Amino acid sequence: MELSRRTFLKGTLAGGAGISLLGFDLTPVYAQTQSLKISRATETRSTCPYCAVSCGVIIYTLGDKAKNAIPQVVHVEGDPDHPINRGTLCPKGSSLEQDILNDRRLLKPQVRRPGTTEWEDISWDQAYAEIARKVKQTRDDTFLETDAQGKTVNRCEGIAWTGGCTDTNEFNYLAVKSMRSLGVCYLENQARV
Amino acid sequence: MTNGWIDIKNTDMMLIMGGNPAENHPCGFKWAIEAKLHRNAKTIVVDPRLTRTAATADMYVQIRAGSDIAFLGGMINYAILNNRIAHDYLVNYTNAAFIIKDGFKLPEDGLYSGFDAEKKTYDKSTWNYEEGGDLTGKPVVPTPVSHPAGAAKPMAPAATPPPPALPPNTAFDLSLQHPRCVFQLMKKQYERYTPEMVERITGIPQNQFLKAADLFTSVRKDGDMKKVATIIYAVGWTQHSFGTQIIRTAAMLQLLMGNVGRAGGGVNALRGHSNIQGATDMAGIFDILPGYLKMPNPNDVDLATYLKRTTPTLSKPDPWDSFNYWSNTPKFAVSFLKAMYGPAATKDNDWAFHYLPKIDRNYSWVNIWNDMYEGKIKGLFAFGMNGVMIGPDSNKNIDALKKADWLVVCEIYPDETSEFWRAPGITADDQKKINTTVYRLPGAGFAEKDGTFVNSARWLQWKNVAVPPPGEARLDQEILATIFLKVRELYQKEGGKFPDPVLNAAFPYTNPYNPSLAEVAKEVNGKALADLTDPKTNVTIKAGQQLPGFAWLKDDGTTLSGNWLYCGSWTEAGALTQRRGTDDPSGLGIYQNWAWSWPMNRRVLYNRASCDGSGKPWDPQRRQVWWDEAKQSWVGNDVPDFKADSAPKDHMGPFIMNPEGVGRLFVPLGAMADGPFPEYYEPIESPIANPLHPRQSNNPVVKRYNTDLDKYGTVEQGFNVICTTYRLTEHYHYWTKNNPMNVQLVPEPFVEVPAELADRMGIRGGEKVKVTSARSHYIAKAMVTRRIRPMKIDGKETFQIGIPIHWGFRGIAEDEGKTAKTLANQLTPTVIDPNAYTPEFKGFLVKIEKA
Amino acid sequence: MSDRKTLQTEKISGHSGASPGFGMQRDFEVCKLVDTTTCIGCKACEVACVEWNDMPFGATTFDNTYQTMPETRWNFWNLIKFNEHQREDGTIQWLMRKDQCMHCADPGCLAACPADGAIVKYTNGIVDFNQENCIGCEFCVSGCPFNIPRFNPGTKKVYKCTLCSDRVGQGLEPACIKACPTGCLKFGSKDDMKFIANERARQLKENFGMEKAGVYDPQSIGGTHVIYVLHDATDPERYGGLPKNPTIPWSYTVWKWLFKPVLGTFALFGAVGVLLHYVAVGPRRPQPEPPEKEAANGNGD
Repeated sequence: MELSRRTFLKGTLAGGAGISLLGFDLTPVYAQTQSLKISRATETRSTCPYCAVSCGVIIYTLGDKAKNAIPQVVHVEGDPDHPINRGTLCPKGSSLEQDILNDRRLLKPQVRRPGTTEWEDISWDQAYAEIARKVKQTRDDTFLETDAQGKTVNRCEGIAWTGGCTDTNEFNYLAVKSMRSLGVCYLENQARV
Repeated sequence: MTNGWIDIKNTDMMLIMGGNPAENHPCGFKWAIEAKLHRNAKTIVVDPRLTRTAATADMYVQIRAGSDIAFLGGMINYAILNNRIAHDYLVNYTNAAFIIKDGFKLPEDGLYSGFDAEKKTYDKSTWNYEEGGDLTGKPVVPTPVSHPAGAAKPMAPAATPPPPALPPNTAFDLSLQHPRCVFQLMKKQYERYTPEMVERITGIPQNQFLKAADLFTSVRKDGDMKKVATIIYAVGWTQHSFGTQIIRTAAMLQLLMGNVGRAGGGVNALRGHSNIQGATDMAGIFDILPGYLKMPNPNDVDLATYLKRTTPTLSKPDPWDSFNYWSNTPKFAVSFLKAMYGPAATKDNDWAFHYLPKIDRNYSWVNIWNDMYEGKIKGLFAFGMNGVMIGPDSNKNIDALKKADWLVVCEIYPDETSEFWRAPGITADDQKKINTTVYRLPGAGFAEKDGTFVNSARWLQWKNVAVPPPGEARLDQEILATIFLKVRELYQKEGGKFPDPVLNAAFPYTNPYNPSLAEVAKEVNGKALADLTDPKTNVTIKAGQQLPGFAWLKDDGTTLSGNWLYCGSWTEAGALTQRRGTDDPSGLGIYQNWAWSWPMNRRVLYNRASCDGSGKPWDPQRRQVWWDEAKQSWVGNDVPDFKADSAPKDHMGPFIMNPEGVGRLFVPLGAMADGPFPEYYEPIESPIANPLHPRQSNNPVVKRYNTDLDKYGTVEQGFNVICTTYRLTEHYHYWTKNNPMNVQLVPEPFVEVPAELADRMGIRGGEKVKVTSARSHYIAKAMVTRRIRPMKIDGKETFQIGIPIHWGFRGIAEDEGKTAKTLANQLTPTVIDPNAYTPEFKGFLVKIEKA
Repeated sequence: MSDRKTLQTEKISGHSGASPGFGMQRDFEVCKLVDTTTCIGCKACEVACVEWNDMPFGATTFDNTYQTMPETRWNFWNLIKFNEHQREDGTIQWLMRKDQCMHCADPGCLAACPADGAIVKYTNGIVDFNQENCIGCEFCVSGCPFNIPRFNPGTKKVYKCTLCSDRVGQGLEPACIKACPTGCLKFGSKDDMKFIANERARQLKENFGMEKAGVYDPQSIGGTHVIYVLHDATDPERYGGLPKNPTIPWSYTVWKWLFKPVLGTFALFGAVGVLLHYVAVGPRRPQPEPPEKEAANGNGD
């Protein structure tokens, strides 16, 4: 190891004038400045996606929103202004950076064909076309306009919808609008369980 | 929550039961700690396990999973016997004084009047108020019993009689002495819940129960109304075959003690996910439409019939007043239909009422999987919902998916539902026989989407986009809208069955294939479709302008609102859900200018009840709202949850959503499937026969499922250990098993086993155990602990064990082969609460052995 | 955020007495308060620490406890210790205590450290390790009465909680403090923390029946910049081995007052410390071996 005392002092310590105790140059010893990893990152305020306390979080991303900077999450911390969590976060909220930047994320549409044992990649357009065809086929096959007593029911019992716990209100509204318009009765959500 | 997270700091006493907020809502739990630090508030934690919530409690009481109604019923009995009740509140703000019809029978034998044993349902016609006037102080005239107690009144076979209705002018006795007044019936109902009975059922020693009851009810010592107690719960109460009734019992106790509507009080459901409150408000569940409008049924032959059925009419003592806010149902419903179908909803087509499906049976969660297993459902959308993991009876859900034609999953991680076809135990040869086509679409994470979540305290908060979705992942709203519009394109080209709603669903967004959530949020709030003028104030809203609140909604097609409850959230002033005001002048944690809460930014529901009859706060230190005589108006630190100009002398009830205007100790008619008062029933799988009525041990209206996979265990079959399931603070459902940080905190699945049981089995901590139910088995290492103790249940020594739910067959630990790849919900039974249709995930029977 | 706020040095390892310039500016002592009676063992502090300091994840194994790992690691600086304590009446008390560097007023690690500037004590009380200067000799490990510093065999350096000196130096609270959901962690001046802790102990005695509640701020090492409120201050050992009277091994302190006035050679300090410690205690532990070669390099100039 070729580190001299002088170089390591320079590397870590900086500051005003000191006095020489033992003949060595101890000028830079008395104070230290450290930089903060988030000091220039972009702050975006969001809501934690886990429980219903709704902690405010600040997502720190690389870059200042300049056109050529592709934002990358560098840190997530509690929002101190949020009246409920006041900056605090639980062990799940505190690790949100690992949720956003996670190498297990799904990145491509895939399909598993009947009777096969593997996933295949599929283009979005192809997936949309196939799904739409199946939805229409199932709806046309199973749609019931009237029940046994001849009363109007207009329901499609061949399709079910299960929505997730982190769907926004606006998404849930779109789900209700589209699914109920298809006649879907089996419409459920994490809210039930 | 009737109240809110921060409001917990205003309490003097907390009963935390059926929930574990320190572990599942740590940042909300800070407000419980604040109450301890700043008000010396006391905490009672009642739970099968000594949890991390219990670790901070002043009193921890170990209870048998599922026996909560017995405990709470015993509390009601204790409060009444010891006069720890809020007399004026009870008489004036609840239906305690209302008189119930002759012929109504309490369930001494486990059944209320009107039970039909064949159909397993009740004829609820006796569960109603008696018509008449003020019977206060009048002698009770005995009336002959109209039909034998307990016997079912046969339903008329041919012509359907008009459904029983609430009487407009209810009989009442303000002295609460009439033997058929609600208070006397309630007293009689819970007299049976003696400390001895509580001990037999719950396993809580009498002296410990009495200590807890004394501590909790001490806030009403000597009739003092200043102090306030809160009850905090979560799915530990919901997930039972009588879950709704547990919560009802808690609500009754709070009404009895005058704790509802008040700062630091209330009945507070801690919702476990970021937006299941919003999903419920927005009707992501089968039986409602947005804003808790009821789903139409086939008898609703037109909109008028539907509105007549679903719009409640007044039912109250004559001298009292009632707001009956649901009388506005027609305005909410028509505005909703206008939002759904836009110009296609016209007066002539009944505002497109028949575009909506009509339901007359249960389409809830467990039925989805049951009916798919029976081959009725061909295709399933799972958008951020891992149904295989959630269960109950995960194996049944896997087998159900094998029978579907197609499955569309939108997720951010590989999950068990999208990979059901290669679940453990399914060989490559088996896979070749599974003909389900599965599409797995990469959706966007929370940081990649904007829009609003609703927290447990009913706050709508807008969140912002921080980063774009990775790879080819797309926004969920884009995926959903594109699928729907592609289906529409096919109907446009080819026609098909009843295409009208598909063709006419309004997508008036700038880019309908990828709707801006801001545009959707504005539609949800609602706008004027014609110029509107308020005759009282002469204020005019122009056509096209955002509505300032739901009082503006009309039933004539001149307004549009996707969800009346959210009307007021995005007005001409902008998105109130984006507000960030941090001022809280009252110090009560109301934060009027932070985001927006439904309804109309009220932070504590029913807050009129925080005042006495004359409109003065019960506690002058915690002033939420009050009557301002000079202004002739309700004013306050919170928005009054009340008709602003209703003077106290008019005696309008504070519970404005009930047609009675008062809180319901007794729930009349059809609102509850299993009884107007909660009665204690055993879980479907229980170690004992119900000590109250052994011959009617379970909830009589609960139905079991009937496929070959629906199995229920008994003690006789060797299933003699009670098992409960839960989350850990370190993990979030089936999500953080993909997060290396959280996996480091708790790396593997485990089973919590009482030390005494472990000794008996000869196992030590860290050794593997196999837990078996009538459905399947679960293998994980044992966590041997003294935090769960053996209990004496009806005299029998009984053990409880606990299983965290977080691990499946896809995740970091799973993929590294560090788990047995069994799912906690392989164990849980397919049985549901008859009111909320939530499965009984808690308190089922298992056996446990060395693995 | 301004860069002007700096951390002033009170003393550094390898030097006797105060650093040059000490006392030229005003500063107050900071302190972390850990109230074990309101800790819920949620581990938010553990995560916040790992996340802020960008530490790599390590494998853990289930060990019949909720505790993440048996002891802190070089890449895991604070750890909730879980203990099930049986009360006299047979009931169980579940104790949780956040374990981390105590930032002692009289830091044993610094006293033991022979490397020039590897351990720094700032005037605000934070004791920080500068890995650039660390020679990996691990004397700090044996000098610590709380068993905190951790050796990383990969870098051959020792690590521990910095009390987020980078954040504090910029006027922010440490990451664990900010995250703590219940507020059982508090941060401020030592005076304020002592006041709050004593008030809380009084409240526990008067209103919650905890007669033995008290504050842990061991004077045997001059007090610490992390203090605890305990349900039972008479028995800190039950909270996962919190020593009742922590002391720095005498071998690391004695040379100081013996030689301080006359001896000025850093190298000798280290050597004497090593020698004394070896004589007094013997080789601390067999594994990992103190890298002697680098120790020698580090001491030479």
